[in-house]
Amino acid sequence: MRNSWREGRFSIEILVDILIILLISTGVLFSAVTALGLIRLPDVYTRTHAASKSSTLGVLSILLGTFVHFWFNEGIFNTQMVIAIAFLFITQPVAGHLIGRAAYMTGIKVAEETVRDDMGPAIEKRKNNQQEELENE
Amino acid sequence: MMMFYWVALFIVSISFAGLLFRLVKGPTVADRVVALDAIGVTLVSIVALLSLIIETEFFLEVILLMSILSFIGTAAFAKFLERGEIFNRDPR
Repeated sequence: MRNSWREGRFSIEILVDILIILLISTGVLFSAVTALGLIRLPDVYTRTHAASKSSTLGVLSILLGTFVHFWFNEGIFNTQMVIAIAFLFITQPVAGHLIGRAAYMTGIKVAEETVRDDMGPAIEKRKNNQQEELENE
Repeated sequence: MMMFYWVALFIVSISFAGLLFRLVKGPTVADRVVALDAIGVTLVSIVALLSLIIETEFFLEVILLMSILSFIGTAAFAKFLERGEIFNRDPR
């Protein structure tokens, strides 16, 4: 009985498996939430919200689970995974922001349920400032 | 443990099908670009789960490459939607 617990390998493997299961379950849950949001939400901007936030967290959790599996179970410390995780964490919200801005600039209407639009006044203010600068010159 | 990976891959594939529905149906171009971006990210997680199932570490290089390509494609599409061109030759 005590020999199987020698060196503590047995318990550590179970702990690592529990960690992997928790991480990958979180990631799968957030991936499903992403698909649900993209299907059900009313307009582009809310869909961008679903696609940038929840899909970032989902893919981050799945990649962390894969990284932990290959590190502890196979003994491979893959540095490309670390770079990929950091890269996705930085660029995925930026991509969502770019698409939302491009959609607003091409004149796509917001949904009927929207109560507030801060982007329109900001754009008009910038246009007025540019015109004043041109007149001053 | 292998059964858990298969179930996870199954659920992620179902959400992939949902994103494909938005890609086909989406009323505007921006909707399709959002769906394409999410498809790239979901494809990355599918590759990670596949490398867990097949038990090989050679797929892990694909993950970094696909995330970079997905971001560049999305940025190019956003710039194309906003300005009508991708490569701007006029220095401003």
